[in-house]
Amino acid sequence: MQQSENLTSAAPEMDEGYNFAYLDEQTKRMIRRCILKAVAVPGYQVPFGGREMPLPYGWGTGGMQVTASIIGLDDTLKVIDQGADDTTNAVNIRRFFARTAKVDTTEVTDEASIVQTRHRVPEDPMNEDQILVYQVPQPEPLRGLEPREIECRKMHAYKEYGLMQVSLYEDIARFGEIATSYSYPVMVNDRYLMSPTPIPKFDNPKMDDFPALQLFGAGREKRIYAIPPYTKVKSLDFDDHPFQIQQWEENCALCGAEDTFLDEVILDDRGGKMYVCSDSHFCARRRAEGHRGKLPDMAAAAYAAAVGAERAEASQTAGGESGQ
Amino acid sequence: MNETSPLLRVHNLSHAFGNLLACSDISFELHSGEVLGVVGESGSGKTTLLNCLSARLMPTNGIVEYDLRDRGLTDIYALSEPERRFLLRTDWGVVMQNPRDGLRMSVSAGGNVGERLMAVGARHYGEIRGEAESWLSKVEMDLGRIDDAPKNFSGGMQQRLQIARNLVTKPRLIFMDEPTGGLDVSVQARLLDLLRGLVRELKLSAIIVTHDLAVARLLADRLMVMKDGKVVETGLTDQVLDDPHHPYTQLLVSSVLQV
Repeated sequence: MQQSENLTSAAPEMDEGYNFAYLDEQTKRMIRRCILKAVAVPGYQVPFGGREMPLPYGWGTGGMQVTASIIGLDDTLKVIDQGADDTTNAVNIRRFFARTAKVDTTEVTDEASIVQTRHRVPEDPMNEDQILVYQVPQPEPLRGLEPREIECRKMHAYKEYGLMQVSLYEDIARFGEIATSYSYPVMVNDRYLMSPTPIPKFDNPKMDDFPALQLFGAGREKRIYAIPPYTKVKSLDFDDHPFQIQQWEENCALCGAEDTFLDEVILDDRGGKMYVCSDSHFCARRRAEGHRGKLPDMAAAAYAAAVGAERAEASQTAGGESGQ
Repeated sequence: MNETSPLLRVHNLSHAFGNLLACSDISFELHSGEVLGVVGESGSGKTTLLNCLSARLMPTNGIVEYDLRDRGLTDIYALSEPERRFLLRTDWGVVMQNPRDGLRMSVSAGGNVGERLMAVGARHYGEIRGEAESWLSKVEMDLGRIDDAPKNFSGGMQQRLQIARNLVTKPRLIFMDEPTGGLDVSVQARLLDLLRGLVRELKLSAIIVTHDLAVARLLADRLMVMKDGKVVETGLTDQVLDDPHHPYTQLLVSSVLQV
């Protein structure tokens, strides 16, 4: 097997004890039929016979089942968790498919034919030959507002989405602006209200007219939904409170990017912090290209401050001793 | 609108829960601007009748016709479900006995009033809020509490909020099931006063189910007395209450406590 240049580990051996991509062929066919239906009705939640996966619900079982049923031998898989390729969830799911499907894995968005993601859309643009698979914890956008499942389904069927607007109204009434910052509801193809999973609303505009096929799998709730390529996806808003994405006062401290989704990293217990790109591959590529953020300066300043304080303390102690 | 044609026409309506006949063979007409009271003791089929009339319970038998704005008298159970639901949140209003059934208890008062507007496509926050404020003041609620959730309101306030929430789309017909049930007498009096004013001012038609004859006397133009699922007496409110003919109505009227 080809050794890929993963930061995390060498490609593991194929595990011969399982069927290709873990699930049996009948299950994969069933899931593929559901995916076809989901693609045919953009944004509609198709129920499917979700299977037990060898990890707990909430760790990406829905996304993994979708990936397992669409993956083939010549696919290249990238898995990200909150934008990062090297977190536990991402590493383990990548390893899982390397072991059970013997596929190549990558951290480069461009090279991947399937990208499975938890909570982010990659910063790099994707193309028509790629598929983006989302792991979905709660597929029903109306769930928090309307506890009755039957009522929710009727609201979807009859396109009665006033209630979702009520939740945005509540935001403005309480906070003066639409404070929902992730899982921000969208209308797909002017018909179905859809939860874009807990991606930050920063990523919502990317979903609109997206060239790659987007598939969503919810393992616990056993629902699959999809956005076909180049579909209209509109974030809900009010005429006088239009949809806005998050903005940061700083750029990425590592690569200096100014138009990416940034994570806040706490540096010390004195209020020091920095912002870094949540998309680890994007950030690494930019650094390789020579882009630099302000971290080197910050690090130098932090070092100087720490060392300076130590020296001052030492000299004070020394001075006190000499005075005795 | 044609003055001679009724707003709501009910013909031979019956509803049975299995062997239990809750409403039997009820027919009446309701004209625009008229308030009809339905009185009777517990278990006489009043609420079942109201549910059947307000398109929320399909009757076993009979026809309920409503004068739709665009196509005249139409059998509401021949409409598709989305059309019925649309009717319920635009041209109709339903005030429930228990505000918990009619309100979203964790959504602010303003959001509760605005929900119907947003459901029919309002997408301007400022306008929705302005409308909510105007309706809250019409039902005499403190505007300072517009962002509070109704679960923190008193029973009387919840009931008034429910009325505001229903009236915001300017319905022509409202259904009320015991609107004053569970409220103390002084709050009841104020709510009745408010309702009477609104009904007159907005030229609403209403069907009010109540077991309280005082409520019926204050609000209703006409009364329908029910017993065991049947209508035993109908007529003008004063006529029925002052000169009851049917033995059951006589019993009902004489049972009212005098203070």
